Amino acid sequence: MQSHSYPSKLLENAVEEFAKLPGIGRRSALRLVLHLLRQPQPDVERFIAAIGDMLQNIKFCSICHNISDTDVCSICSSPSRDKATICVVESIKDVMSIENTMQYRGLYHVLGGVISPMEGIGPSDLNIDSLVDRIAKGEINEVIMALSATTEGDTTNFYIYKKIRNYPIIVTTLARGVAFGNELEYTDEITLGRALLNRVRFDNSFSVE
Amino acid sequence: MFLKRLTIINFKSIPHIDIDLDTKINCFVGNNGQGKTNLLDAIYYLSMCKSSATLSDSQIIRHGQDFFMLQGLYSRLNMDENIHCGLKLGEGKVFKRNGKEYERLTDHIGLLPVVLVSPIDGELVEGSGEERRRYMNGVISQIDRIYLDEVIRYNKLIAHRNSLLKAASRNHFSYDLLEAIDIQLAEYATVIHSKRKAFVEQLIPIFQEYYRKVSAGQESVSISYRSHLNDSTAGELLRENIEKDRTLQFTSVGVHRDDLAFTIDGYPIRREGSQGQQKTYLIALKLAQFDFISKVSGLKPLLLFDDIFDKLDFNRVNQLIELVAHDGFGQIFITDTNKHRLEEVLQRVSSGYKLYRVENSEFEIVASK
Ligand SMILES: [Zn+2]
Repeated sequence: MQSHSYPSKLLENAVEEFAKLPGIGRRSALRLVLHLLRQPQPDVERFIAAIGDMLQNIKFCSICHNISDTDVCSICSSPSRDKATICVVESIKDVMSIENTMQYRGLYHVLGGVISPMEGIGPSDLNIDSLVDRIAKGEINEVIMALSATTEGDTTNFYIYKKIRNYPIIVTTLARGVAFGNELEYTDEITLGRALLNRVRFDNSFSVE
Repeated sequence: MFLKRLTIINFKSIPHIDIDLDTKINCFVGNNGQGKTNLLDAIYYLSMCKSSATLSDSQIIRHGQDFFMLQGLYSRLNMDENIHCGLKLGEGKVFKRNGKEYERLTDHIGLLPVVLVSPIDGELVEGSGEERRRYMNGVISQIDRIYLDEVIRYNKLIAHRNSLLKAASRNHFSYDLLEAIDIQLAEYATVIHSKRKAFVEQLIPIFQEYYRKVSAGQESVSISYRSHLNDSTAGELLRENIEKDRTLQFTSVGVHRDDLAFTIDGYPIRREGSQGQQKTYLIALKLAQFDFISKVSGLKPLLLFDDIFDKLDFNRVNQLIELVAHDGFGQIFITDTNKHRLEEVLQRVSSGYKLYRVENSEFEIVASK
């Protein structure tokens, strides 16, 4: 659709903003905007307020970088979690996937991505230093690397392993029942839960075959 | 193993055909540009999940259409196998075996092995090392389920490593990150090297035997596998070349630089071989590939001869057809522009055959036995 076919500049601006969302093209964006215009005004205002509120008030946990309403997230501050185990994941979505399995009682560390030299994402762009700091405090027994089985995930595993292997901890990784290239978020709960229970020592998982 | 029935819709120039095939020899005669090669390519596609020409999938859809579909009914180990392949623009490719969709295309490659002999094989002699690496990958992937995954992983790691080497000239260089990449690269390189080495070692004697059978000459032919990893381990190579690679800003050593040297009487065939010798060399190579795959997999690959008779004299053609009509080979597909030549050759074979005339992407059966 050509931009000059919009009858209103205001409408066009709104469509442009919606079209920036992942998976939304111009056509869907227009449909969403026209839908909002047909709704009662208080409903739309509640929608806008929810987004504004989230932006204003959302925090990231100062310990694990999980999303949180408070400075320290509900997982890090829960007395019933095992504070000697850290599960290292790429994103907040992965925390939600693993929590859904109900098989894990330890803490998390959200890296905020994986190393990808091709996309210009290096170690310093991720929350790796804060992970090493947590381990250096000496209260951790096990670190579980739960990154996707992609080339990027593997490189990140090896990089982190090198940084933490000299601490008195066990480093483990998820059992690779999961096919090559599978991302954690696409793995079903049962498979993911089983992979967590059947984790293996990282230094035994070197071989590619 | 053989293809019983083939359905094609909107594949390259072919709008729609349904065709029943002979279990042994299938010939397609017609002028150039009538659709013979496209039919063979459709058979190749159903086995290898891609065209034999370096075309993107969207280029394969018939002009003006938005999808193509291929369906093959095969008999494999005395079981029927229904293979479906479809591609719709903007929706990606679907491969199904007996109604069940594959999760990964690499799971399908090797199920129905195929060997294509065509004029583009000349690129194996004339082209760059990439052509010969693609050749090795094509053969090994048909007998080894995880080989292609390993090559894909390896290539991706090389791409990451090269990006890192390039970025390093601008920013601070992380040896730790390079090491994290190299430890994986070394693992994959070692596996790929040993598989390629084993393949070439097994191929050489079969190849030499076929060359003797197909040629009348006394010349001695061979193939050697050239790899940096023949003399050093992958880990050593990467370590020793780090500073060089940093200067070059790409990875200068590894199996991505592998090559095959094709020789005749000790000299490169590209320089010393006559056109006829080169052609015989390539046919022998493909027949050896057939033997190799059938020995390892226990399945006789489909053999596709696409327009290869033109520069061969009649006796050579006859010899070749007699050779492959023999029991050691399975189902064969032949295209040719010369009807008389094919008819004459077919008269002499004892096996069954079907002969189709191809005109304007229509296939009409004209003879069979
Ligand atoms: Zn937290």
